[in-house]
Amino acid sequence: MANTDIEARKQELLNEGYEQVYTKTKVLTDTVMHYCPGCGHGTTHRLVAEVIDEMGIQDKTVGVSPVGCSVMAYNYFDVDFQEAAHGRAPALATAIKRLNPDTFVFTYQGDGDLAAIGTAETIHACNRGENITMIFVNNGIYGMTGGQMAPTTLVGMKSATTPYGRRVDLNGYPLRITELISTLPGTYYVTRQSVQTPAAVRKAKAAIRQAFENQKLKKGLSFVEILSNCNSGWKMTPVAANKWMEDNMMPNYPVGDIKVDGKLVDNVDVSRLALDHPLTVMQ
Amino acid sequence: MARELKLMKGNEAIARAMIASGADGYFGYPITPQSEVMETLMAEKPWETTGMVVLQAESEMASINMVYGGAATGKKVATSSSSPGISLMQEGLTYLAGAEIPCLVVNVMRGGPGLGTIQPSQSDYFQSVKGGGHGDYQLYTLAPASVQEMYDFVFDAWDIAFKYRNPVLILSDGAIGQCMEKLYTRDNVARWTEEERRANAPWATWGKPATRPHNIITSLELDSARQEVFNLKLQKKYAEMKEKEVRYEMLNCEDADYIIVAYGSSSRIAMKAMQMAREKGIKVGLFRLITLFPFPSKQLAEVAKRVKGILCVEMSAGQMIEDVKLATECGVKTEHFGRFGGIIPTPGEVLEALENKIIK
Repeated sequence: MANTDIEARKQELLNEGYEQVYTKTKVLTDTVMHYCPGCGHGTTHRLVAEVIDEMGIQDKTVGVSPVGCSVMAYNYFDVDFQEAAHGRAPALATAIKRLNPDTFVFTYQGDGDLAAIGTAETIHACNRGENITMIFVNNGIYGMTGGQMAPTTLVGMKSATTPYGRRVDLNGYPLRITELISTLPGTYYVTRQSVQTPAAVRKAKAAIRQAFENQKLKKGLSFVEILSNCNSGWKMTPVAANKWMEDNMMPNYPVGDIKVDGKLVDNVDVSRLALDHPLTVMQ
Repeated sequence: MARELKLMKGNEAIARAMIASGADGYFGYPITPQSEVMETLMAEKPWETTGMVVLQAESEMASINMVYGGAATGKKVATSSSSPGISLMQEGLTYLAGAEIPCLVVNVMRGGPGLGTIQPSQSDYFQSVKGGGHGDYQLYTLAPASVQEMYDFVFDAWDIAFKYRNPVLILSDGAIGQCMEKLYTRDNVARWTEEERRANAPWATWGKPATRPHNIITSLELDSARQEVFNLKLQKKYAEMKEKEVRYEMLNCEDADYIIVAYGSSSRIAMKAMQMAREKGIKVGLFRLITLFPFPSKQLAEVAKRVKGILCVEMSAGQMIEDVKLATECGVKTEHFGRFGGIIPTPGEVLEALENKIIK
C-alpha cells in the first residue's frame, strides 16, 4: 500500500469516528517489513527506533545491518545505514565510529552472523572496547536460509541441518557468546533480554536505551542480546514458539544483566551452561 | 611537508603519501613484504597531526571491512597487504565494488600459490584485473614502477576513487615495496573538512539530516530486473574508465622492430634489457603499463601494427600476456618470459628470451 493510500485510509477511519491510539515512531520508515508475523525482529526494530527518537539522535546515528533475516533493516530504519558482508558488521562499526566519533553507531545482527561467521570480528570489537552498541537477536537458528543449525541451536533441537536434533558429539555445544564477551575488559554493558511479553518488551527497551546512552560515556562496548522466537523456522505458531522459547531457550540463555558499568553482575555464572535442561519436544 | 628530496622504501612512501594526501583512515594487518606501511604510520602518529585514524585489525577480513565502514562515511580510507592477505580481502573488495565505495587498497605482491614465498612476484594479475571476488566488477588498478610512483599514485588514487565511486588498487610487488630510492615529496593536502566531505560524498552515511532521505550503503538487490540495471550502470562506469583513465608509457617505440610489454618492477628490468639490445643494434622499445585496468588496448594495438614481435615480461607464468594478445588480436608474434617464486629475472635473461623466443 502506498503511503498516500495509507494516509487516505487513516483519514477515512478517523472520519468514521475511530480514535488513533497508536503511532509508529518516525525513526521507522513506512516500508512494509518482510519479517514473519510473530517474530521478534519487528518489535526489536521498533524499540531501537524509539530509543533513537527519544534520545533525539536520528541525525547522528549510523546503523549496520548483517546478512540474515535482518539484512534489509536499512529499509525500515529512517537513519543512515550500511549493509555489511556476513559477520563483518562489528568491523564496519569500528571504523564508522573511529572516523566519526560524534555519531551513534549500532550493529544489528543475528546469531549466525554474530556468533559463527563473525566471531572474530565480534570478539575483537568487544575486546578493543569500541564505543558502539551491538544488538544481537538470538533465535537459535538460521532463519533466512531456511532454518539450519546456528551456533546457538540448543542440544537436541531440530533444525534443517540437525533433523534428528543437535548432538554434542556431532555438532558441539551451543555457544553462549554473550557470556563469553562479558568476560572481556572492553565490554561495558552486557545484557540478555527478550520481547515475548509486554513486560519483557519494556525491560528490553530500557536495556537498549542504556546501551545507546553508554555511547555518550565513551567507556566501551554495549551489547544487548534479544532472545526471539523463530516461529517459521521452529515450525510452530507464534504463541507456541514463545512458550517453547521460555521453556527451552531461557534456561540455557538466562535473561537479565550480565555486566553493568564494566562489572560482572553478582551471582551471574558466565561459565555454566544448562546442558542438562530437558528439551520439550519440537513438533 | 613541501617538495623535498628524500630517500625511502616503497612501503614507507605509501604510508607517507597517505598522510600527505589527506587520508582519514588506515586499517591493516601485518604481512611481509608490506609491514612497513603500517609500521611507518604507527611511528608517524598522524592522529596527533592531521587527525588520520590508524588501527591494526584482527585480520585482513576485518581490515577490508573497516575500510568499507569508514569509506562509506565519505572519508578517504585505505588498507594495504600482500598476496595471501589480499586473497582474504576478496570478499570485501567485491562488496566495496558492489556498494560503489571509493577507497584505496595496496597489494605488495609476493610469490604464491598458497603461503608461497615472501619474495617479489607478479602473479596476482588475474586476481587484480579479472575480478578476484565474485560478480562482474573491476578495480581501477595502478602499477607503480618506482618508489616515486608508489608515493604519487596514492594522491592519484583518491581522485579516481571519488570521481567514479570505485575502489582503487595499487598493485606493487616486494621489489618496489622493499627497495629504497629517492623521491620528491609533494605539498601536503589537508584532510577534507566536514563541508568538503558532505559535498564530495553526498551518498555517504554520516547521520541523516532532516534535509535529505536516509542514505543506504548496500550491494543487495533482490529484484533481478533492478540488479541488471545496476550491473549495466557499473559496466558503463568501467567503459568510461577505459575511455578516459588509461595510463601507459612508451619508450623507444617509434622506430622499434620489437617491443617488450611489462609493468612494475619487471618494466625496470625490461628497460635495462632494452638498452642492452639497442647497444647490440636491435631496435627494441618498451611499452609500460601503468593502469592494468583499464588496459591500454587501443594504444598497444597501434604500436603492435608496426613491430615484428612482442615479448611480455612478468614475474608469473604468463597472466598479462592474455590481455596483450586480446588487445593485438594475436596479430603479431607474442611470447611470455617470467620467473617464479620470488626470483627476479636479470636484464640479460630478458634479452636472451627476446632473442630466442621472438627474434630467432
